[in-house]
Amino acid sequence: MSPLSLSLFVATVSTLLAAVVGLAIATLFATRRFPGRALVDVLVTLPMVMPPTVLGYYLLVLLGRRSVIGRAFEFVTGSSIVFTRTGAVVAAAIGALPIVIKSGRAALEEVDPRLVAAARTLGASPWRAFLTVRLPLAARGIIAALMLAFARALGDFGVTLMVAGNIPGETQTASLAIFDAMLAQRDRDALTLAIVLTLVATAVLYTVNKLTERRRT
Amino acid sequence: MSEILSVTLAVRHGAFRLDVAFEAPPGITILFGPSGSGKSTTLAAIAGLIKPDRGRVSLGSDVWFDEAERIDRPVHLRRVAFVFQSLALFPHMSAAGNVAYGMDRTATRDAQRKRALELLDRFRVAHLADRRPSTYSGGEGQRVALARAFAMAPCAVLLDEPFSAMDRELRQSLCADLRASASELGVPFIHVTHHRQEARLLGDRLLFMDSGTLVAHGSPDELLRVSDG
Repeated sequence: MSPLSLSLFVATVSTLLAAVVGLAIATLFATRRFPGRALVDVLVTLPMVMPPTVLGYYLLVLLGRRSVIGRAFEFVTGSSIVFTRTGAVVAAAIGALPIVIKSGRAALEEVDPRLVAAARTLGASPWRAFLTVRLPLAARGIIAALMLAFARALGDFGVTLMVAGNIPGETQTASLAIFDAMLAQRDRDALTLAIVLTLVATAVLYTVNKLTERRRT
Repeated sequence: MSEILSVTLAVRHGAFRLDVAFEAPPGITILFGPSGSGKSTTLAAIAGLIKPDRGRVSLGSDVWFDEAERIDRPVHLRRVAFVFQSLALFPHMSAAGNVAYGMDRTATRDAQRKRALELLDRFRVAHLADRRPSTYSGGEGQRVALARAFAMAPCAVLLDEPFSAMDRELRQSLCADLRASASELGVPFIHVTHHRQEARLLGDRLLFMDSGTLVAHGSPDELLRVSDG
């Protein structure tokens, strides 16, 4: 795969992964009080502020070929997580996850609690009230969160380099290919990819802003 | 149905203390008092939206909450209609969708819609059936909210100042509709208000609340006449 299509592939799959895990955690935060809440909140936000090398290091330890998870994965699928496309997906998802959780949670919490209460008095179970009232009313915010997560996943560099390496056709995403092109003084290639990534990011941010503009009531 | 809603509640929330005990028979009981006296908290506790520290809430022999017995039935299984001050109409659903929300879900979609239209018609807002709440004018939202509350065949109805933003004329017309529904349903209604005219128009009896306690009870006319002049 070319760096660009590989980037799109990795970003899409990792966004889906971050969406499933992240929205579950966001829902938990928006609707439940549980012990250790503050600690979990810090843990899931850490990837936003930590150096990519540190994140990459932890992932290598956690998912590497000698780790429990790494061996289990290799036993089942026949290929390792690290230094493969799977590793690139995981690396990109780690960066995208805090965005899904933070923005998704904000979108869910923004829904007027009285509407959820009204649904409950009308006979809706907590689950039905969530699916028919809270989720649809938070939908724009959640879609915006997923788009931001996608943009973040598309641009990952450091963690991907640590966990998936820089293997052309296999794990060399567009941002890694730009780095390579610069080192090899292929300025045109670097410029083209940079422009494409910038355009995609710009389009995503513009759409996100449109989605999250306050709706007139 | 002619069951009595009996309520004993104690709620501590910071410096605020609520301590009330009363019974509401079928018909409209007005919960009257200044803002901050605990009227809305009382309603929320009856509906199960907040958990009281102590007390007991039952309808006839059906116990909804009993702190001593550790009974606390979830909100959605109490079948008590709640009309919020903010109305809390679902902004992403039409009037018909709002009204059908609380209906028996084993009924077919067509049956639900038919029933929703009947209820909207009874509250004189059938023309709103396919429109969303953001397009309603003053008074229309209240009518849709009432229709929605009655659609669930409630065994008690709680109204938290739903007419507070209405002018005199609209209020009178809404009160008349509400009275008609109350006598038709024959279940306990508790209507919170701090508006004298509304209390006298609606109430079969009145509970006067102040600072988290009940200070008087009796007929609305008697209780509100003295200070009316």
